[in-house]
Amino acid sequence: MILEQFPFLVHSAPALIIVIPLMFALLTPVIGLIRREWTFPWMLLALLLATLFSVTALQDVMRNGVIHYRMGNWEPPWGIEYVVDHLNGLMLVLISATALLVAVYGKKSVEQELPGKEVYFRCIFLLQVTGFLGIVITGDAFNLYVFLEIASLAGYALIAIGEDGAPFASFRYIIMGTIGACFYLLAIGYLYIVTGSLNMADLARLLPPLYGSKVVLTAFAFFMVGIAIKMALFPLHVWLPDAYTKAPSAVSALVAPLMTKVSVYVMIRILFGVFAPSFSISVVPAMKILLVAGIVAIFTGAILALAQKDFKRMLCYIIVAEVGYMVGGVGLANTTALRGAVLHIANDVVMTAGLFAVAGIINYKMREHRLDDFKDMFKRMPFTMAAFATIALSIIGVPPTGGFFSKWYLLQGALQEGSWIFVAALLFSSLVNVVLFFRIFEIGYGFHGDHGHSAGGDGGEAVAIREAPLSMLVPLMIAAATIVLLGFYNQALIGKIIQYAVPVL
Amino acid sequence: MIELVIAKYNYWIYVILMMIGFYAMIVKTNLVKKIIGMNIFQTAIILFYISTAYKMGGATLPIMTDAQAHGHEAVLVDGVINPLPHVLMLTAIVVMVATLGVALAIVIHIYRRYNTLNEDEILKVMK
Repeated sequence: MILEQFPFLVHSAPALIIVIPLMFALLTPVIGLIRREWTFPWMLLALLLATLFSVTALQDVMRNGVIHYRMGNWEPPWGIEYVVDHLNGLMLVLISATALLVAVYGKKSVEQELPGKEVYFRCIFLLQVTGFLGIVITGDAFNLYVFLEIASLAGYALIAIGEDGAPFASFRYIIMGTIGACFYLLAIGYLYIVTGSLNMADLARLLPPLYGSKVVLTAFAFFMVGIAIKMALFPLHVWLPDAYTKAPSAVSALVAPLMTKVSVYVMIRILFGVFAPSFSISVVPAMKILLVAGIVAIFTGAILALAQKDFKRMLCYIIVAEVGYMVGGVGLANTTALRGAVLHIANDVVMTAGLFAVAGIINYKMREHRLDDFKDMFKRMPFTMAAFATIALSIIGVPPTGGFFSKWYLLQGALQEGSWIFVAALLFSSLVNVVLFFRIFEIGYGFHGDHGHSAGGDGGEAVAIREAPLSMLVPLMIAAATIVLLGFYNQALIGKIIQYAVPVL
Repeated sequence: MIELVIAKYNYWIYVILMMIGFYAMIVKTNLVKKIIGMNIFQTAIILFYISTAYKMGGATLPIMTDAQAHGHEAVLVDGVINPLPHVLMLTAIVVMVATLGVALAIVIHIYRRYNTLNEDEILKVMK
């Protein structure tokens, strides 16, 4: 990498990952005052730099081990510490790369859906990314709360500018999201009372003698419920379908894949980074509860997805089911399933971003996103639909796409644990996904026969090819290619990164 | 029982306030009342944090008036309250104000669209 010529930059990467998007976000309105079109390259530059530094940080971690960056050179228990290890290094790269792709992809759809509001949109978009990156990189529990709120507040604003009904969906999300964040804040307060520390590594050191304390148990419960609201774990998912269905296309493609996955990351971090794995396995039956919650989320998410007529809404319920995969995988509490869960985070970010990108392209062409809008799309937009089909196969879990391998690890983990009901849930949801997506393929090829002459004739009128604009198509193709590559290189990803990212149970 | 309430009255107050806020957020149909509930809820947590900083026996604010002159003098930890929860809550208040601002802006948007702040009526229009 070029950056290795500048050791100072490599050393400061953890801080720059946050500072660059934040500063660029605050300056975006100023740039917009000079020339409105300049804000787009400005935003791309910020995200490009964030991606570059994220990759540098991950490489540094892979080579030299965990990075501890002290803000303002204050010693860890007192000052705020940024820690990059294999787990959040991977998350950083995922978040910044997804944000970069969505930013390129979103240019056309934002110009169409939010004319005149591009400057503010780009400003809040960057703040949103800053929030996500901050949640992931920080090693301080209270700092995490602040970034959680930055990400959430930016999300509320971005969702509220969507189509009709979006402000009300966003308002409900605010109420639910604030309860979640406040529970998290309360949990930190409880831990602070008994330990006097806010640093995650310090908490992990101070907590074990206090595991019997009722304060610690209450704090743990608040943590789990608070973060379950943020990740939309069934039955706390009610805010998600409305909010993500009505958000602007570019926002859905950014927030839907990242907010839930970042929350799953926070859960993993609290379970294994703040508390010891033994706490959630033997002191409280947290893992068993998570496993049950995951299984219920998979079943209900899959069934509710079947009932939807709107494409984006269907995707929202698929997210609910996918969150169930990850939570259930963590709840299985063995090494294989845990690796599967982390691998599934990576796959799911790419898959969900890709699917919401397809929804955005349909919306760009048809001005709505019902399942029926896919009619004849295979003829009209062959490249978009090829990418869509690839990602759909990955969600279903067909090899060699990435989705197959993460499900495979989860399945192996479930078999090791003898949890047949989780195996059944995985297979059930895969089958439901087959139905969901082949139904769309059917509509897309025009086999639906709504006029009753589909059997005999050749369809008659030739549909002209009207592909999506290149700036929307290329990011989608990259997402589709990535999901196949994640499948081919899953061994390398597990061997080089994920096996160090999660504890061996 | 009554001793338990009196000995830890600050926690009882915070729990009661928090439940009032929680109730308003869930039960009230007026959107602005929901926001007021949300504010009570958040304020309760702030009061909880602040009360944890208190120390028995006349501890005061950690303002070192003689720190400049006699820098070598040790600070008596029992003589001052814990400043950290106050600092944390300064941040939490900022977050709270920002949340309030976004929520109110969205409520204005909703009012312009539906001409009402009643949740049931909005849902009826959306159907």
